[in-house]
Amino acid sequence: MFNIFLDDAAALVVVLPLLISAIIAFIPSKIWPWIISLVTLVLHLVLSLHLLKEISISGLIIYEFGNWEPPWGISFKIDGVNIGLQLLFSIFVLISTFYSRKIFLSEIDSRDSGKAYSLWLLAIGSLNGIILTNDIFNLFVFLEISALASISLIALGAGQNRKALLAAFNYLIIGAIGATFYVIGVGFAYAMTGTLNMNDLIIQLAQYSDGQLAIFAGMSFMLIGLMVKAAIFPVHIWLPPAYSYAPSAVSTLLAALATKTILYFFVRLLYEVFIIYPSYLSLFLDFVLYPLSLLAIFIGTLIAIYQDDIKKLLAFSSIAQIGYITLAFSLKDHSGITSGFIHIFNHALIKGGLFMAVGYFAILQKDRVTLTSLKGFGYKYPITSFALLICGLSLIGLPLTNGFISKLYLFQALYTNQLYFSIALVALSSALAVAYFWKIVEQMWFSEIKFKSEKEDSYIYLPIWIITISIIVFGIYSSPIIEFSNLSADYLISGYQN
Amino acid sequence: MSNSFLIILGIITPLFAALFSYVCRYSNNLRDSFGIIGGLITFLVSLKIFHGIQNNEIFQITFFTLFDGVDFTFKITALGSIFSLVASSLWILASIYTIGYMRGAGEKNQTRFVIFYSIAIHAALAIAWSGNLLVLFIFYEILTFSTFPLVGHKQNAESQSAGRLYLSILVGTSLIFFLPAIFWIWLETGTLDFQDGGILINHFPAEHLSLLIAMLVFGIGKAAIMPIHRWLPAAMVAPTPVSALLHAVAVVKAGVFSFLVVIVYIVGPEFLLQTKSSDWLVWLACFTIMASSIIAITKDDLKARLAYSTISQLSYIILGAALASSLALKGASFHIITHALGKITLFFCAGAIYVTAHIKKVSELKGMGFKLPLIFFAYTLGALSIIGVPPFIGSWSKFYLIMGSIEREFIIVAIILGISSLLNIYYLLQPVVIGFTQNSRREVKLTKAPLTVWPPVITGLSCLIFFFYANYFLNNVSGVIVS
Repeated sequence: MFNIFLDDAAALVVVLPLLISAIIAFIPSKIWPWIISLVTLVLHLVLSLHLLKEISISGLIIYEFGNWEPPWGISFKIDGVNIGLQLLFSIFVLISTFYSRKIFLSEIDSRDSGKAYSLWLLAIGSLNGIILTNDIFNLFVFLEISALASISLIALGAGQNRKALLAAFNYLIIGAIGATFYVIGVGFAYAMTGTLNMNDLIIQLAQYSDGQLAIFAGMSFMLIGLMVKAAIFPVHIWLPPAYSYAPSAVSTLLAALATKTILYFFVRLLYEVFIIYPSYLSLFLDFVLYPLSLLAIFIGTLIAIYQDDIKKLLAFSSIAQIGYITLAFSLKDHSGITSGFIHIFNHALIKGGLFMAVGYFAILQKDRVTLTSLKGFGYKYPITSFALLICGLSLIGLPLTNGFISKLYLFQALYTNQLYFSIALVALSSALAVAYFWKIVEQMWFSEIKFKSEKEDSYIYLPIWIITISIIVFGIYSSPIIEFSNLSADYLISGYQN
Repeated sequence: MSNSFLIILGIITPLFAALFSYVCRYSNNLRDSFGIIGGLITFLVSLKIFHGIQNNEIFQITFFTLFDGVDFTFKITALGSIFSLVASSLWILASIYTIGYMRGAGEKNQTRFVIFYSIAIHAALAIAWSGNLLVLFIFYEILTFSTFPLVGHKQNAESQSAGRLYLSILVGTSLIFFLPAIFWIWLETGTLDFQDGGILINHFPAEHLSLLIAMLVFGIGKAAIMPIHRWLPAAMVAPTPVSALLHAVAVVKAGVFSFLVVIVYIVGPEFLLQTKSSDWLVWLACFTIMASSIIAITKDDLKARLAYSTISQLSYIILGAALASSLALKGASFHIITHALGKITLFFCAGAIYVTAHIKKVSELKGMGFKLPLIFFAYTLGALSIIGVPPFIGSWSKFYLIMGSIEREFIIVAIILGISSLLNIYYLLQPVVIGFTQNSRREVKLTKAPLTVWPPVITGLSCLIFFFYANYFLNNVSGVIVS
């Protein structure tokens, strides 16, 4: 019985959360939706581990829905590129769901609990779909589901601050524009090749090997659409308000995983499909993605320094960090792609941890977390504050944290590509990151007022500390992350060389 | 006791001192005693290691691998054994002094103070004993972060902005220049281990060595070469025990020590002499020596004056490293000891004067010499040592530095060193002269704080005594640098 279950693991990791999501929306209880979600995600993790086992044996799983063969049916593809991300995703959603309960209870109406977890699972299922799908139109569907689920989740923050509605609306409009761009691009590709399956697309595109304007137009539309969705500078404007006005649990999920999954698909599209046109690809990478990444790093960091609202500060820091990832991906070689994936993993953990800690502060003081409101928190809530400190040091990239590993490999990649100016800029902005992070530390520990320590909720600081410890562990014992990233790069680059 | 156990004992003792200080925070005497006990233990450990190094024993312990070719490892070099001996021995005296000062000056948050003080010592020792450049960097950063609460101790607007300046310069330079330089070395050589004779020769492109040296000397902001020196005067808002042990010994010496280590064990003096990539640094160091001496003359605040004097003296060490000849390196390494002894004496005295007489300015010292004879006696000893008058220990390092510059045929540098000594005489001895000027018009109320008086007397006298035992240290210094 269980084996049948496992045979369809590739489909179930997506379908299970979507199914359960439909069911729990109608449960009028405070706690049951959470428990059911938790159980679902434990199963989700089991399935992901099973997929890992399968991949380590066979190296590739193509799951055909309804046994329709790929060019016609939808298929999922799991290989070395996405298995690492799938695992990270499974583990992180489980931890953040565990964390989310108390946060949701205090930030949204408790009667909405079922609806919130329904949307929560919907977002998780669809984001997972983005990781696995092998079909460019199916991707659009998942993009839209995840966007709608995220928007509704962000709008739940309206109970705290009415601006959440505006942020959600912003995201809706800009996200829809991005999705439109993407789907227009898909239309072009379909018109030219008659296929939506990525593997088939590669084969079909080969017949236009000298290039066709329609194809280039389609590709450009797709890339721009994905850039909007992945919040790559300068089309990132929806992200800061969305992350900062969403309920804290939602910010955690979105900041850690939402853009990462899209970035993953972005790089997969670039290096698996568009690689057929090397001149187009290098044009895009060298003259669009590379400069934009540098701008994102620098401007994101600068804006973050001047933020007073901590969630906004973290959101702008995310813009810069996405810049690091796309900078690495723009390098066109193994070291670059590896370091990009390493940073996807590490940054998901770091930002997840930071948003979790700040989210907890927000519900503790029942108000938005600003610099001044953090006064003395280091003494008041030492356990969470200390976790925040470690996550922040990792964000700066100090040794013994995983952020350092990211930086090391990024430097190595830039150095082998002889991009010395970028090295200088990355070094400079990591020093500037100290500026915005230290403002927080100063308020928390070194401001005038002192407080007695207060009780902290172990249901909340436990997940925060799991993330924090993993940050240190992966800073010291970095080989799992490096190996997964190497594997991803191996798979993508092998496509590059063929 | 095995050698690796000694390393662990030495490194964790300050951490335990910090922990016990926190546990016993409600009993002031117990809390403050752990600094002294910790100092004694680390001093004995350092002494044993110092002798072990003299007997060519190997002290090494590896914990885990950080990434390819770089382990988290401690391996004690001859230079490291000197630095740790200085830092740990002075920690004992500084702990005693801290008790007198903090209580005498009625500072708040004394528990936090002693905790971070111990952590800073921990970081300094770990820097001294680190086995490769990355481990050194890790503890370099820990040292910065652990001294931040000490600099901003008073928590008023002035100390807060000073703390910000301190942190932004030190962390900023280390992240912008030092860390990329470390990455660069790693990418070119595949290792970061300290080895006699350096690791760069035959691996690193000689034409880029000047740039690497620049990244290192500006990246190691704690060495306070101009223009990266502003943090040191700013850090003087901290209570005097911090200025004394940390900003005359542990922190700044960690800076120049790091730079010396890089020159001796990473770049390699041979490689440097071949390429002459650090000759430009000789001139920058000379400029820093002269400029900061001149600024020191204009400062009326005693601690600020001492801070600029420190900047100038640190550049002696950078100068020695940049000259890279064996005599110059000998002088530079020895200067770590001599300047530490001399400068801690001066800071101890400045703090003692503040606690007993509440005077900070040089011009207000009139007649104080008669009232505080012991303090002024100690001050004079320390000042004479720093000026480099025989028979004080400071004369040795200056002698070797001058010899080193002549060896490299930098005659102008030797002259500059001489002029700088003259300037030293002026700005360091002026407070003594003023102190023994009669006609103090205003009456000064004196507070007794004997614990702040005796430590400077001890360090001052040791400046005199160790002149005759200089060989004891010099053996260790030269034994390694020549090889």
